[in-house]
Amino acid sequence: MTDSALAETMTDSELKALKIGKIVDARGTACPGPMLEAKRAIGECPVGGVMEVQSSDDGTIVDIQRWCRKMGHEYLGNLANDGFWSVYLQRKA
Amino acid sequence: MNDSAHDDELIKTLVKRLEALEREAPRNQLALGVMSGDPEHTMAAFMVALGATTFDMEVEMFFMFSATATLRDQKKRVKNDLGDSTFGMRPPMIKYDLKKHGAMSLEELIREAGEAGVRITVCNLSMDLMGIKRGELIDYPHLNFAGVAAFVDMCSQSKQCWFM
Repeated sequence: MTDSALAETMTDSELKALKIGKIVDARGTACPGPMLEAKRAIGECPVGGVMEVQSSDDGTIVDIQRWCRKMGHEYLGNLANDGFWSVYLQRKA
Repeated sequence: MNDSAHDDELIKTLVKRLEALEREAPRNQLALGVMSGDPEHTMAAFMVALGATTFDMEVEMFFMFSATATLRDQKKRVKNDLGDSTFGMRPPMIKYDLKKHGAMSLEELIREAGEAGVRITVCNLSMDLMGIKRGELIDYPHLNFAGVAAFVDMCSQSKQCWFM
């Protein structure tokens, strides 16, 4: 799998305009923290809804991209904030 | 044998072979053999285990030799035949600044693993070699004791097997 296959599909303004179904604040925790929290939280996001994972760990972006591919969700993109990333995905299953 | 009967026979054979394959197919499971008690190795093992649980994989860990000491509860230390020797003691703590980077300690990783259903099997011989009694181990929810056959079996049943 090349990085281009994982490229985000939404623009920054599209991501900012998303209605968020579930926010996961995993800032300040490092691997595997953000993924554990994402897995715990996905059940609370409505199917078809958007989950936003906030993480200060740079590795989370690619982790979430791969996790979406395996678990059947759709990776939407990421935004750089002040000191943390917001990673967006749509719950499909 | 006419065509229809031949097809039926073929289908029966294929179904039998398919059922045999399904029985033998590796599960969506990760098997981890953990031998080194160096905290860098055991931390990595638990991190990989937890990562696998986020992919809905089952995880089986097999602890042997010096890694067994990692499961020791310092508060439950029982005087053993080895006296004051440090043999079988918990290895020194990791040298990295975990707190600064928000990384979990080994204790926290082990607790999370227990909550996530990671199963730990401890090599019974290793317990004896290291002079560790069962009563000295931490209260881990999915713990059992076995020998090498258990490890070989869990590996043969798993999609992925790693030795750390």
